[in-house]
Amino acid sequence: MGFREAVESGKFLITAEVGPGKGTDMEELLEDAQAVKDRIHAINVTDLQSSVMRLGSLAVSHILADRGIEPIYQLTCRDRNRLALQSDLLSAWVLGIQNVLALTGDNPVLGDHPDSKPVFDCDSVSLLKMIHTLNSGHDMAGNELKGVPDFFPGAVVNPGADAGAGLEMQLIKLEKKIEAGARFIQTQGVFELDSFEKFMKRVEGFNIPVMGGIIMLKSAGMAKFMNKNVAGISVPESQIKAMTDTDDKVKTSVEIASHLVKGMKEMCQGVHIMAIGWEKKIPMVLDEAGL
Amino acid sequence: MIVAEVKPMDEIQDTLKKYSKVLITGCGSCVTVCLSGGAQQVEVLASSLRTARKQEGTPLEVGEETQVRQCDPMFIEQIRDKAAGYEAILSMGCGAGVQTMAETLGNIPVYPALDTVFFGGADGKGGFVELCAACGQCILSRTGGICPVARCAKSLTDGPCGGAQDGNCEVDKDTRCAWQLIYARMMRLGQLHLLKEITPPKAARVHPARLKREE
Repeated sequence: MGFREAVESGKFLITAEVGPGKGTDMEELLEDAQAVKDRIHAINVTDLQSSVMRLGSLAVSHILADRGIEPIYQLTCRDRNRLALQSDLLSAWVLGIQNVLALTGDNPVLGDHPDSKPVFDCDSVSLLKMIHTLNSGHDMAGNELKGVPDFFPGAVVNPGADAGAGLEMQLIKLEKKIEAGARFIQTQGVFELDSFEKFMKRVEGFNIPVMGGIIMLKSAGMAKFMNKNVAGISVPESQIKAMTDTDDKVKTSVEIASHLVKGMKEMCQGVHIMAIGWEKKIPMVLDEAGL
Repeated sequence: MIVAEVKPMDEIQDTLKKYSKVLITGCGSCVTVCLSGGAQQVEVLASSLRTARKQEGTPLEVGEETQVRQCDPMFIEQIRDKAAGYEAILSMGCGAGVQTMAETLGNIPVYPALDTVFFGGADGKGGFVELCAACGQCILSRTGGICPVARCAKSLTDGPCGGAQDGNCEVDKDTRCAWQLIYARMMRLGQLHLLKEITPPKAARVHPARLKREE
């Protein structure tokens, strides 16, 4: 069953994520994708994640689609103006890509080419509107398209945003994304089910499938680093301690992730597992969670 | 106002190394207020350059002048005769001042002593902060008088990214997230409903912009 069909039929959704590397070597990425493809509905392909220059998400999404692994093409507004965004979307469609995750993109100043000029001609909301416009047979300027795509667009939200103004603005923006055409939502990595449940209560009336983000911990150091540097991520002390004390990091990481998956089964409409190179462990997580 | 800062001394000295007689010109407008290019800064820079060149054994004769505004040819005309007696001019005006001076005087090289950095205002702590991006399509009426184009690192007009931590921007921990400030202001103003409207992408500016006035 394809991703769109799964979303529309109300199935519990499972997606994973691969990040193209720096260079042309795709061997590991293809192996990772192959290892999870039978257990997931689709796989996200990141677009120069963290503003680090890498192989592009369009080419990799196409190659995965060709191999029968359904991609979710991540597209950011960081490096492309509205001409390039629309053209890349049309290119994606002719290359067999149907799902698009519309993102604003990280600031280049945080990446490995910090002097690069950021574009941000559009943002995630206007990108979603753009996708809707293309799907309707026109470009942003109102010109008619000869040959029309039928993209299935999604968006993201950060449930761990600063309490108060930060979270309230996230929710306002999420509503705009839905109004602009988003059909599914994937969240930033979640580590605590209690706070995620509260977030899900806030979006209950939004009437859109939400997939809880799960980042697989590889070490206590990684957890501490994310707590300090990644907005919205707060790995609880108990998980950091478990990763510190364990003799088998993989086993503990799988236990933490599968506990989150089990909890989310009752709270939201799917999970988005970011294994960051540990994609081969995802089947173990799903087995333990009974999926 | 236009905010500018003095270039590194090494760069200024390198620019002037082939000259022995230079006129430094200050501007009495924005750069005087932000303490970068007014009469006082002209005096300090002139003195530093004289000292440095004297120590190098290649003395530099430095004249000093400050116009009311360097971005108006009318004020530059007032120093035309004096400027003719120098090999080069080092302008402490903003980029607009340097260019107006170069255009008006024509035959004498005019070099910038400042880097023009932004349009802004006083930050209340003795410094200055960027407040306006001169985008030409002001949306302050819908953002509680706080500009996300100038004050959000991504110039987002539809709400924040997910990157703020403890209320601060992910790019600079000393900068408040503009969108959190906007939310707080709009709540006080009872205008939160305006934030739910989708903002269409802005039209890109075509340079150079012009403002024409009818006679």
